[in-house]
Amino acid sequence: MHNMDDGNRLLLSGDEAIALAGWHAGVALGTGYPGTPSTEILENFSRLGGRAQWSPNEKVALEVAIGAAFGGALSMAVMKHVGLNVASDPLFTVAYTGVAGALVIVSADDPGMHSSQNEQDNRRYAVAAGVPMLEPSDSQEAYDFMRAAIEISERWKIPVLLRATTRVCHSSTVVRPRAGRDTPKAANFVRDLKGRVMVPGHARPAHRRLRQKLSEMAEWNEDCALNRVVPGGKSLGIIASGISFMHAREAAPEASVLKLGFTHPLPMRKIAAFAAGVGRCVVIEEGDPYLVEAIRAAGIPVSGKPEMYRFGELDVARVRRILRADTSPEAAAPPGKPPQLCDACSYRIVFDALRRHNCIVAGDIGCYTLGVLQPFEAIDSCVCMGASLGVGLGLRHVLPPDQACRVVSVIGDSTFVHSGISGLVEMAYNPPPNGHVVIILDNGTTAMTGHQEHPGTGRNLKHEPTGKVVLEDLARSCGIRRVQVIEPRIGSDAFEHALVEALKSRELAVIIARRPCILIAKELKEYEKRRQCDENEEPCACPV
Amino acid sequence: MKNAANAMKTKNPAPAPCNIVVAGLGGQGVLTATDIIADVALRAGFDVKKSEIKGMSQRGGSVTCDVRFGAQIHSPMVPAGEADFLLALEPAQLEPNRHLLRPGGVTIDPSVIDADKLPQKKMLNVALLGALSAHLSMAEQEWLDSIGSAFAPKFLEENRQAFLLGRASQNKSVHQR
Repeated sequence: MHNMDDGNRLLLSGDEAIALAGWHAGVALGTGYPGTPSTEILENFSRLGGRAQWSPNEKVALEVAIGAAFGGALSMAVMKHVGLNVASDPLFTVAYTGVAGALVIVSADDPGMHSSQNEQDNRRYAVAAGVPMLEPSDSQEAYDFMRAAIEISERWKIPVLLRATTRVCHSSTVVRPRAGRDTPKAANFVRDLKGRVMVPGHARPAHRRLRQKLSEMAEWNEDCALNRVVPGGKSLGIIASGISFMHAREAAPEASVLKLGFTHPLPMRKIAAFAAGVGRCVVIEEGDPYLVEAIRAAGIPVSGKPEMYRFGELDVARVRRILRADTSPEAAAPPGKPPQLCDACSYRIVFDALRRHNCIVAGDIGCYTLGVLQPFEAIDSCVCMGASLGVGLGLRHVLPPDQACRVVSVIGDSTFVHSGISGLVEMAYNPPPNGHVVIILDNGTTAMTGHQEHPGTGRNLKHEPTGKVVLEDLARSCGIRRVQVIEPRIGSDAFEHALVEALKSRELAVIIARRPCILIAKELKEYEKRRQCDENEEPCACPV
Repeated sequence: MKNAANAMKTKNPAPAPCNIVVAGLGGQGVLTATDIIADVALRAGFDVKKSEIKGMSQRGGSVTCDVRFGAQIHSPMVPAGEADFLLALEPAQLEPNRHLLRPGGVTIDPSVIDADKLPQKKMLNVALLGALSAHLSMAEQEWLDSIGSAFAPKFLEENRQAFLLGRASQNKSVHQR
């Protein structure tokens, strides 16, 4: 948390504000998997004193949070937009079961893809799963809406989706938090077989209960203070949510604005009344035409944005263009300097070898995706977390032998634990005829998102020692016989040699290229010192 | 130091915000510099918004940060062509971002600082904050307080020197266009 305190005025990022709200509301457990722009939420919640945990992936994170909420506690599961894809399986059914305490799922979307592989609009998940959704537009609302999301979840016993975006998560704005901290609710298990065990006989009435809750919430939302009208001129009315509201206020200060905060289920009577009171009514929203489609489907005459503004983020200039229906080509942003693998990064040695041996590389998500850029251009696919295993295997199965024998899957340590393990099991179970080679790039951290821990590091979110998943043991336990651990070093051909031998062997092979990320060398030494103090049960004076 | 904000409010009920863009490469201190500007503006009683894109900032890519302050700020992003100041920590980041400046906007880049007089090379960002501060209403001590809390105490005196070096540079030459 920044030390930016002026009395009760704090300058907080949206992520910091969500963390503070969770702490003040008495959230007993926060879970998640790191992902820009959501990562700082759990880190700050932990710093404030909250119990926060990185899970191996978002599905597990949500399941742990569901368990806590079944036990009567307040919990939150935090992830980036694509993380909710991974967690969508439990999401759709926890909407049916509901919760005993409260459960808030924070989805941090990334319109414009500053640091993501797609720009999916997770407002669609609220509709698809049937969960209520709140959309903050600055840090004050991030704080207030997190508090409101918990209250709504407690009141209706339903999980709530808090949907933020990069410019809310990573912008800092002034926050005046509520005073003090609520007493955390006491957890207590109450048996509810019909409510919690989703066999068809229980799930059928549960689905009806969910729809009943949503219809009650839609009614409640008509007078809810999370939606408000900014009065203005009557000729132009704007309906907006999230960060788009801020751009719209600046682009058209003269307009009346209906600012929607509680965006599923929508308050259609309120929207209809607003639209009827203005001349032209325009919906300003980033990403998918979610609001405009829903509002028009309800028979309310509003206009939306031209299709070209579906792509990328909105800003003040783009909102001005939308309001004057300007579809002329936009000036291209001048090119910035692209990021690259650090000069001393050991992954450079790996990509150099892959390139020289003309490998077909199924890649994955992390720093090492930068291997696609010059001078390496050594990655041939990147789809989603863990996909390198499956995609590599699929290529191996169908390609002619001269190509198949050059296919390699490349995945980072954190990504491997996230969702590469299932792919490894697939490899052992359905081995391609000419074998396969998996390279796990193990730098001992989740580097790209800012060096978070994961189950393979043996340290928890607070960098304290905990149980460790040993990747080579795991691979051997799956029945992979050819497992090697190699430290890629400049001037050594050990990695290249192992790669060539593995490709030639036509066996199933896992090569773990292990060398700690150079950016955290200092921290790693401190963690190790702390671990030794811990083992020796000495009072530890190590810096935290 | 609430006076600045109050003066702004009495002069004009809705004055334009002050828009600053800080540009550089990952690892140069763009985020820290922007934090300090935002902190000083907050202490002065302004509404403040700061927007940063930092996903790739540790991998040497270009980074820009927006900070805006005034009586009431809406969008956290400085609209193109509306920046009052462009602070470039890396000379090569000046041209790609110049379109963000309004006509008459001020650019501040490393050329205004005599690098030989910097106590430490990495204090360039603090020196450039000094140069920026010469154009803004907030008091020198507000800046020094904020800089003091942003870095380890042992660097306080050197940072003060770097800041004052930059602040003095603007009396001679202001890069204006």
